[in-house]
Amino acid sequence: MKLFLTFFLCSLTQLATARTLLVGPAESIRSLQKAFALAADGDTIRLRQGIYKEGTLQLTKSITLLGENYPVLEGEKKFEILHISGKNITIRGIHFRNSGYSAMNDFASIKLVDGSHITLDQNIVSNAYFAIHVSNCTYVHIRNNRITGIPASEQMTGNGIHLWKSSHATIENNVIKGHRDGIYFEFVTSSFIRNNHSENNIRYGLHFMFSNDDSYMQNRFINNGAGVAVMYSKRVRMEKNHFEENWGASAYGILLKDITDSHILQNVFMKNTVGIFMEGSSRMEITRNRFLNNGWAMKIQASCDDNLFHYNNFTGNSFDVGTNGTMVLNRFENNYWDKYDGYDMNKDGIGDVPYHPVSMYSVIVEQNPTTLILFRSFMVSLLDRAEKAIPSLTPEHLIDNKPMMKMLRL
Amino acid sequence: MLKLSRYVLYDILRNKIVIAYTLFLLLVSFSMFRMEDNSSKAQLSLLTIVLIVLPLVSLVFTTIHYYNSYEFIELMLSQPLSRTKILLSEYAGVCLSLLSAFWIGVGVPVLLFSADATGFALLFTGSALTIVFTSIAFYTSVRSKDKARGIGFALLLWFYFALIYDGLVLLTLYAFSDYPMEKFTLLLSALNPIDLGRIFIMLKMDISVLMGYTGALYKDFFGSGTGVLFTTGIMLLWALIPLWLALRSFRRKDM
Repeated sequence: MKLFLTFFLCSLTQLATARTLLVGPAESIRSLQKAFALAADGDTIRLRQGIYKEGTLQLTKSITLLGENYPVLEGEKKFEILHISGKNITIRGIHFRNSGYSAMNDFASIKLVDGSHITLDQNIVSNAYFAIHVSNCTYVHIRNNRITGIPASEQMTGNGIHLWKSSHATIENNVIKGHRDGIYFEFVTSSFIRNNHSENNIRYGLHFMFSNDDSYMQNRFINNGAGVAVMYSKRVRMEKNHFEENWGASAYGILLKDITDSHILQNVFMKNTVGIFMEGSSRMEITRNRFLNNGWAMKIQASCDDNLFHYNNFTGNSFDVGTNGTMVLNRFENNYWDKYDGYDMNKDGIGDVPYHPVSMYSVIVEQNPTTLILFRSFMVSLLDRAEKAIPSLTPEHLIDNKPMMKMLRL
Repeated sequence: MLKLSRYVLYDILRNKIVIAYTLFLLLVSFSMFRMEDNSSKAQLSLLTIVLIVLPLVSLVFTTIHYYNSYEFIELMLSQPLSRTKILLSEYAGVCLSLLSAFWIGVGVPVLLFSADATGFALLFTGSALTIVFTSIAFYTSVRSKDKARGIGFALLLWFYFALIYDGLVLLTLYAFSDYPMEKFTLLLSALNPIDLGRIFIMLKMDISVLMGYTGALYKDFFGSGTGVLFTTGIMLLWALIPLWLALRSFRRKDM
């Protein structure tokens, strides 16, 4: 209560001094640049509908910029549109269009440098090189923005939301399409990525490196060039996300490289070439996920250790698990595998014979990819049967000792 | 010719084997769709039926039918009818009865339970394989006068197409694994109608896995318009060439 009162009084004092500046073609202040120069900390600028061509705008004061009916800030394909550094800044309801491209600088529609407590809300960014570029900021909130790019080559397109060396950021309810990476995190800690929709980006839907203690939840990553990559990070929580239709020779639902002590919970992996690809990862818990109709539900390289896979549903995948070695240091327990054909004599819902998730043919395909053409042939199913009876090629310790008889309710 | 085909059809229906075959297919398909909790698993089991059972039944049934109606054919030959017409009406009769058995036995359950792209691919492949293997069986049985030899050869052919061929392909791919074999495997797949049909279904069933690795190449080829034309064209060749060979040797044959 005390805290609330203090907050309330503070905002009252601010109200007393804060002004509202109107900017528009029919107002006394016609350019945003002028408004920025006139404004003092705590002021609000209302931007009327219109098209503003003002080159690169610099904003360093603690102001709130509100657009009415989405005024357009035009970059004329030459300029970085808005450059922000400072604190307590809010930008809402503005359409940023056609920002410039530069091979030397990371030109962005909205660039945030050395700031804190900055909110970008309900903006539209179209046809940008980088859309939102954040570096060295804390407490940045990027919410409800619509970002669409025109996908060119990987070199000609920047990232949708790009964060570098920041902390305590929140990325929420954004829609990002047609960029290089939908959301890019590098050296970003203690942040949330929630409920975003990242689709048709040419490289990754989410690209995540050296970023510890973050979590991403309830996002949808659909049909991105290479899916989602999470690399060199610790203590990451990945919950309730959807990974769909990431197709291609190196496309993965999630690519995990050198990830430790992280959790993958309640996600849905659907129709990906590979659901989860794991390399050099350890001490992960993968639980209550659904793997539906993927090429490979998971590919776990032999460099992974001490990971626990339990209570997941595997249905309709062409291959359940693929691996590149015979060494197995991971545990599989209580998963439901639709290819399991064992029995349950004591009716406890757990199969009495272990399940081998790695089929012989997945080993063969791993060694000699061309043989994929023989998949589903009679001879291959005979080979698989023979291998099940007498394992020779497949890693014999990669087993689920307690496979579930019925699909888990997730 | 139509009249003759009708007689052949009546004859086939009278001996009830085709009816039993229809019921068998119907029973198997229905029970698969009822038993499995998702229809994709049932489709997988049906794939085995289409790729293994269908060619076998087509081959064996056609061969036995041909030898059993040998006397009827001889009788017809004494009539003022052309040999081509006689054999074609035999072919049409057998082929139609087997096809209708397949459409009723597998087509109806598939349309009822899973009328999607995979289902239609299954039906297409099944129909094509029935036609192809009937043609092949006609050729082998016209060629050999001895019944045991004819049936034996038909079985051998089935064994070759369904099993041995894939083994040989696997061996070849392993032996030449250091070379780029993708294009060559495309050619190899055209040399076996069962493989061709399997790949056609796989494109619908396992699209995700086919997008990885060299799979993308197969997908690009078979999944494109030219690929569909290629599959249909090769299947047609597989049906027409044995039939044409059968007709040629039937015309020249000393009965």
